[in-house]
Amino acid sequence: MSTELVTPEQAAHQDQRWRARWWPVVRRFLPVGVLVLLAAVPYTNLRIPVLFDRPLNAPGTLHLIAICLVFGGLALSYDLMFGRTGMLSFGHALYFAAGGYGTAILLAQTTWPLWTVALVAVVGATVLAAVLGSVALRTKGIAFAMVTLAFAQIGAIAASRNPGRLTGGEEGLSLDGRRLPEALVGVVNTVNLYWLALAFVALVAFVVHRIDDAPAGRVLAAVRDDDRRVDVLGLSPYRYRLLAFVIAGALAAIGGVVYVLLIGGANPGLTASDLTLSLLVMVVLGGPGTRWGPLAGGVVFAYLDHRLTAVGTSDVVERLPGVLSGPLSEPLFILGTVFILAVYFFPGGLAGLAQRLRGPGLRGARWLRGRGLRASGRTPS
Amino acid sequence: MSTFILLLLTGLGLAGLYYLVASGLSLVFGLADVLNFAHGLFLSVGAYATWWAATNLPGAGSEGLGFVLAVVFGVVAGAVIASIVELVLIRPLYRRTIAQVLVTVGLSLAGVALLQAIWGADPRPFPRPAWASRVTMIGGAAVPNSSLLLAVSAAMVLAGLLAFLRFTRVGLVIRAGVEDRSMVTALGIDVRKAFTLVFAIGGAAAALAGILAGVQFSVVSPGQGTSLLIFGFIVVVIGGMGSVTGTAWAAAAVGLLQQFVNYYASGLGDICVVALLAVVLLVRPQGLAGVAGGAHA
Repeated sequence: MSTELVTPEQAAHQDQRWRARWWPVVRRFLPVGVLVLLAAVPYTNLRIPVLFDRPLNAPGTLHLIAICLVFGGLALSYDLMFGRTGMLSFGHALYFAAGGYGTAILLAQTTWPLWTVALVAVVGATVLAAVLGSVALRTKGIAFAMVTLAFAQIGAIAASRNPGRLTGGEEGLSLDGRRLPEALVGVVNTVNLYWLALAFVALVAFVVHRIDDAPAGRVLAAVRDDDRRVDVLGLSPYRYRLLAFVIAGALAAIGGVVYVLLIGGANPGLTASDLTLSLLVMVVLGGPGTRWGPLAGGVVFAYLDHRLTAVGTSDVVERLPGVLSGPLSEPLFILGTVFILAVYFFPGGLAGLAQRLRGPGLRGARWLRGRGLRASGRTPS
Repeated sequence: MSTFILLLLTGLGLAGLYYLVASGLSLVFGLADVLNFAHGLFLSVGAYATWWAATNLPGAGSEGLGFVLAVVFGVVAGAVIASIVELVLIRPLYRRTIAQVLVTVGLSLAGVALLQAIWGADPRPFPRPAWASRVTMIGGAAVPNSSLLLAVSAAMVLAGLLAFLRFTRVGLVIRAGVEDRSMVTALGIDVRKAFTLVFAIGGAAAALAGILAGVQFSVVSPGQGTSLLIFGFIVVVIGGMGSVTGTAWAAAAVGLLQQFVNYYASGLGDICVVALLAVVLLVRPQGLAGVAGGAHA
């Protein structure tokens, strides 16, 4: 006589069946749902006590979320190179800065409307990425990392030296409010900038995920895992690397435009090698090569970077003895330490953690472990 | 003519600074395959240790033997920190190149932030002997003593390093390890012991570079090492990774090029250096002294 009770195995089986049936649907529509929710954020005055000081629709909160979103998108664009194609670039900030500075300079020097300016800046930065990428990709691995670093350094020098009084030197270049559409100026209109940042993230996620799912994405992964085999199969690894490099550069440039609009100007901080290093930290913390990990890593990093500065100057930390309060007031100290620990103990980053909770199979962790000597810059004999 | 001599000697001074930064990077990369982003941190550690010692260490100061003592303290601090970094952070990740790079990146971010937390982000006046801020007349040119000091120190480090690599047993192991690590291991020699030593040597050279940069610029700041590091990387790539003499030639080329071009067109020198890097990579991707199809591949 059978009972109505369900054995654990049956339950697990049913759970699995449910998952097999609904997971693809959830996976497909969850991002859209999250996007809709995020787009609706400005319409609530919900308070999230620890995370934000003010209600969600306060301009300050929206501004912070928007900055986090831009860095999330930027980190995902960086991962198109790093996690998905296996290129360790230290110069991604250059294209971000090219988009940002391009916008600021063109707004100051021409009378073109913002949208023309943004388009020209993005196209210009993309061409720059194509030219520099085609040179830098003659090298591989560590040498590639150093060449991109050197190129980015030129950008940093150019921005701070102020050639022809274009870039404003160390002070940077602030945007003239009269040159911008009214909808983007003033505290009241922060919400529009927020939507702009959200649109940027959606665009990056759309492009990167479309590439992931397309045949080209599989070639990129193959280039990452074994480029000689790709070569033997008759596809050019160089071309696919360049493709990833240029698309990532173009996305970063769009991010630069949005960021400059968001903070109201361009400054040499955009070009700093620290920014690229931070991108690397974001991606690794989030989980390189995973679908949403890099985005999450970027958002969390930017948020922590911002909030830890506030925590560092708060009463609680100030009251600690000097040995502790000093380092704790430096966000980069905490983030750098967390990053080192993550490389040792959570090689898959946030996405790896989430997957570890769900079950075995760490994509990001395997990714990092698999990078052995092949990444070194020597030419194969 | 005097301008030429001045530019030549200050350029060699700059080359000396780059060589001191790059020699450690190059050896570490050649032997252990570690791209060390924390190298800039060793520079700052050396500079801050000397700065600290000059006022706090008994017997040390900013003049004469006291300054020498302070410099020795800074160099030892750099070597010790570098050894600790190798033993604690790099060694567990042996043969995982990218993970090692990531750890050194994290270390450089956290380390610079830590220095900043302890001593502030603003540059501090560096204790330098009075003679270092004077000039020497050479062939009608007033050459700053600090430039001469850099060039001479770098030449001494280069000579010492070459002698060490050529005439000692450990040096032989290191040279052989750069050439073909698996073969050395197969012969029953533990190359990893040499890793720590190479890190210590690199850390000491970097610390010396940081100290002499402090003397040259007369200030010390947390981020100083990182900006020098980028030129160190460029020198390492141009010189062919792992080659001591190649690094020296590349440092000389980069330093002189930068100094001469910057004299005639300010700011263009840095761009020329990067252009040189691009040209070298396109023509000889393995660097000036590198061997095509090196034994590691």
